[in-house]
Amino acid sequence: MTVPLIGVLALQGDVVDHMRALEAAGAKAVPVRRAAELDAVDGLVIPGGESTAMSKLLEAFDLFDPVKKRLDEGMPAFGSCAGMIMLADEVLDGRPDQRSFGVIPMTVRRNAFGRQVDSFETEIGIEGISGAPFRAVFIRAPWVERVGDGVAVLGRVENGGDSGDAPDGRIVAVRAGACLATSFHPEVTPDARVHEYFVDMVRGTAAEPAVR
Amino acid sequence: MSETQKTEAEIGTARVKRGMADMLKGGVIMDVVTPEQARIAEDAGAVAVMALERVPADIRAEGGVSRMSDPDMIDGIVEAVSIPVMAKARIGHFVEAQVLESLGVDYVDESEVLTPADEANHIDKWQFNVPFVCGATNLGEALRRIGEGAAMIRSKGEAGTGNVVEATRHMRQIRQDIGRLTTLDDAELYAAAKELRAPYELVAEVARLGRLPVVLFTAGGIATPADAAMMMQLGAEGVFVGSGIFKSGDPAKRAAAIVKATAFHDDPKVIAEVSRGLGEAMVGINVDSLSEEQKLAKRGW
Repeated sequence: MTVPLIGVLALQGDVVDHMRALEAAGAKAVPVRRAAELDAVDGLVIPGGESTAMSKLLEAFDLFDPVKKRLDEGMPAFGSCAGMIMLADEVLDGRPDQRSFGVIPMTVRRNAFGRQVDSFETEIGIEGISGAPFRAVFIRAPWVERVGDGVAVLGRVENGGDSGDAPDGRIVAVRAGACLATSFHPEVTPDARVHEYFVDMVRGTAAEPAVR
Repeated sequence: MSETQKTEAEIGTARVKRGMADMLKGGVIMDVVTPEQARIAEDAGAVAVMALERVPADIRAEGGVSRMSDPDMIDGIVEAVSIPVMAKARIGHFVEAQVLESLGVDYVDESEVLTPADEANHIDKWQFNVPFVCGATNLGEALRRIGEGAAMIRSKGEAGTGNVVEATRHMRQIRQDIGRLTTLDDAELYAAAKELRAPYELVAEVARLGRLPVVLFTAGGIATPADAAMMMQLGAEGVFVGSGIFKSGDPAKRAAAIVKATAFHDDPKVIAEVSRGLGEAMVGINVDSLSEEQKLAKRGW
């Protein structure tokens, strides 16, 4: 699997930018909207978008259970923003009927950094990604309020938004086994390092981070 | 610069504004006039709602000067839903835009559906942290708006008619204009910029990318799932539906159907399935029967 086949869930959201970034990171990228397309992929990206709309469409097109099954079987997955929400096992400030896959034991607060006028970009360090700080773009972004057993925190943001009762900053990047999630949108920048990290996870060559 | 120095978070950057529109791609944005309608739209899977006082069909029917909505009404809709809320300001009315920004609206639509407030100038959109979407009938118009700071473009269509013919024209026109630019050599791009009456840098960028540098949605007259899917196949990255939903017989069902048809725009079986038993579509107006005066797409330049 030197060139893994990675699907991007293509019901709604920033699909093409993820596909471009995955290709730049050395994978072959395909859109996934049907169970048969899902069967073919080695890993799945759940893009940024509106998690409420995505959740509706997953149910309407009978894709929720097949995706959930593959995730439970250990298929590598990367969720950005709405995708992070979809991977969490607890969502705050969501809609009561909103369903998530629940494969990362964490609590995510939707739109936690505020509305669009509060959206921001800043530089952060991400564990497992070497070199210069990563330019992270947060758009009506969620943050992680609780991580459960086996979840490694890869990145926090110390500025931007209200860090209030989180003196170490808000958690914005995590990894739990085969799943990676970020509050920010690496797909809207030309920097493909987060996607390279995920492609390495799919290849099985990205070292497991320490869980603290 | 010392290593411990933190970079400041920047708000209102072009990337943050354009990125917001990226997250709406493949989705449907619905006009709503009450919190109740906003909830129906969110339930149906809308990616955002456009809060306004009257849908375009009623603006046409009732006439008079059409303005920004009452802040109470916008607050009510912001409270009602968790998805982004957009609102309309009149063309050139920068104070209406300032008010909308202060209300925490997620996107401002500088819209020809409202009565223009300035006959010469659009809003200087670079002055705002809130992003703007603007209408366009062709590439030159789209690039002039982007030059002024628009972070998202939509076709104008002919709002409030339930007739998709003008949106089709604008989508095809924009696509043809882009296609033509990609065939020109560097020297020819200067003349093209002059013809398009658009900034040279943006013209050169479009020629290089083969697309707009911002997200392109469609709007104006979309009334059925098939209308939405056709616009997507013509190159739209998402759909605004104005009067088409809440002027129809069964808004909740039609809204959900248009959302599904937009996501599966290339699958006629899905479009057929969701088009069944939707009840009455909005009645609609033939665009030919409108006088030039009545055409909203002529507003803005």
